[in-house]
Amino acid sequence: MSTIQPTQARHIPDRLDRPLRSALLGWEALLVAVAVAIFIINSFASPYFLDVWSLSDLTFNFTEKALIALAMALLIIAGEIDLSVAAIIALASTLMGMAVQFGFSTPALVGIGICVGLACGVFNGLLVTRLGLPSIVVTISTMSLFRGIAFIILGDQAYKGYPASFAFFGQGYVWWVVSFELALFLAAAVVYYVLLHRTNFGRYVFAIGNNPVAAQFSGVRVDRIKLVLFCLTGLMSGIAAVLITSRLGSTRPSIAQGYELEVITMVVLGGVSILGGSGSIAGVVLAALIMGLVTFGLGLLNVPGIVMSIFVGLLLILVIALPLVWRRFMRKAA
Amino acid sequence: MNRLIRNREIWLAGAIALLIGLISTRFGAFASPGNLATIFNDTSILMILALGQMVVILTRSIDLSMASNLAFTGMVVAMLNAAFPAIPVPVLMLVAAGVGLLLGAVNGLLVWKLDIPSIVVTLGTLTIYRGATFVISGGAWVNADRMSPTFIGLQRMQFIGVPLLSWFAIVGIALFFLMLTRTALGRSFYAIGVNPTAAVYAGINVGRTKFLAFCISGLVAGICGYLWVSRYVIASVEIANGYELNIIAACVIGGISIAGGIGSVGGTVLGALFLGIISTALPVINVSPFWQMAISGSAIILAVVLNARGERRQGRIILKKAEAA
Repeated sequence: MSTIQPTQARHIPDRLDRPLRSALLGWEALLVAVAVAIFIINSFASPYFLDVWSLSDLTFNFTEKALIALAMALLIIAGEIDLSVAAIIALASTLMGMAVQFGFSTPALVGIGICVGLACGVFNGLLVTRLGLPSIVVTISTMSLFRGIAFIILGDQAYKGYPASFAFFGQGYVWWVVSFELALFLAAAVVYYVLLHRTNFGRYVFAIGNNPVAAQFSGVRVDRIKLVLFCLTGLMSGIAAVLITSRLGSTRPSIAQGYELEVITMVVLGGVSILGGSGSIAGVVLAALIMGLVTFGLGLLNVPGIVMSIFVGLLLILVIALPLVWRRFMRKAA
Repeated sequence: MNRLIRNREIWLAGAIALLIGLISTRFGAFASPGNLATIFNDTSILMILALGQMVVILTRSIDLSMASNLAFTGMVVAMLNAAFPAIPVPVLMLVAAGVGLLLGAVNGLLVWKLDIPSIVVTLGTLTIYRGATFVISGGAWVNADRMSPTFIGLQRMQFIGVPLLSWFAIVGIALFFLMLTRTALGRSFYAIGVNPTAAVYAGINVGRTKFLAFCISGLVAGICGYLWVSRYVIASVEIANGYELNIIAACVIGGISIAGGIGSVGGTVLGALFLGIISTALPVINVSPFWQMAISGSAIILAVVLNARGERRQGRIILKKAEAA
């Protein structure tokens, strides 16, 4: 009956009651199956797919967004969201480009990119925690503010002329086919896995997402942790800005347009509840891989990017709808 | 609460008057009735869209797919017009309304029947609808020489000295005002936003009401699809890209609480006008249009900060957050 919906929405499911671990394993197992299926379909669909260098190129499709998705997963688990990540990339990249014009060296450029990202994250976090504003509104507005500043600085121009050594971050390889981007992403995934699943901080993130008021009364510093999470998201966006700028070798204010959507899709596809309170890093990593496989496979088949976005959108809705339908079906059966 | 809203509208009206005053000290013609009427006409589409969005936001939901819906319906009617110029324009407008309504109903059904958070549903349909625009058009444009003169000219026709486009906005404002203040449906939108649990006990079907809100925003986006295409005389995949944020910005600046239940037609209209005036004024005072994005971003932050202070005085923001979680 739809009349009891709002009470259901308010009802916070007692997640301890359910075998959380097995449920998550179930979701992750499903993701692995999907990834394998797409992998097989891809290798049949295109003769160019099954090649070590093709597969290496494939990783460039998702590592930058996936780096942000790691931090975004924590933020969404804690019940907040950051829509400004792509705009942070634009601003950080623009300021890096500006620094190039003043003759800054490569390490300084990297530092600028990361610091700008961090600063943007702090700005978002302070607005949300100190002023108690809903994060979706704050980050919608900073989304146009950050990108707006990039437009003010650059207009319809572009920055180029990055130093040759700067190209390593987005184009270099650490070992054989393992790119710097991929290595960095794998390292970050381990760090975020430990942070979310093996530390008190991670437990607090889940606690806040399940019930911020209860977390507050249990002595969790809700606002401080949320602030840290916004900083992490900003930081990862700054790092992503360095990678993208280095890979493209130029900056336009429209850089990374629409990335926020793909990042959030990755997180949700990875089994993180958009309502907060549950999710895992392994799921997000698998989801990133799936999105990379889908877009790369469609790209090999010459499907235009905008048609790919239909698949991404459908994936997002289906992935959320199916478990809900399934759960309702099970409840009716019980 | 009522007094609060009225206060907010007065503040906003004051800010707009101040803005116009400041600009007209340097450019006297800016405040002339003719120019103000032009600004109103230019803002008409944004106003209508913001009213549709407002109804959705009142019910604690959000519709991010409006601009994509607009692009899709705009493309549909433009292609119909190019292929069959004999179809009368009013019929095309009905088609636009119908297609928009359908797309809105898809959003609404997903929110109603599957209980998926509206932000996820409409993030998904935002990309799907725009992708579908590409699919039906093959990426091609429909431009002026393929549109019939009435298709382009209808909204420019004058009625009592006011272009038809402005009349659309005026009638839209009146209809939304009547619906929200004089009908049971309007009251239930507010009731759901203020307290969904209490709304259930008051006999309101929350899911169905949300569905209707999405139908309204879809319908409005569809009609605006025709208006947009005939106003800018181009239908392409790219039209109104990112415009959903302007629509939400107009609502938030107009004092609509993103937590639902608070907001008025007057506020929304003023919020849209505020953005319209800024975008008209920037070239006049010789500021590069590239400033507009940052300015509207700052305007939303400012508006939200002010709104939040108003809401906090009620002393129930924690409760609301707990409910939203």
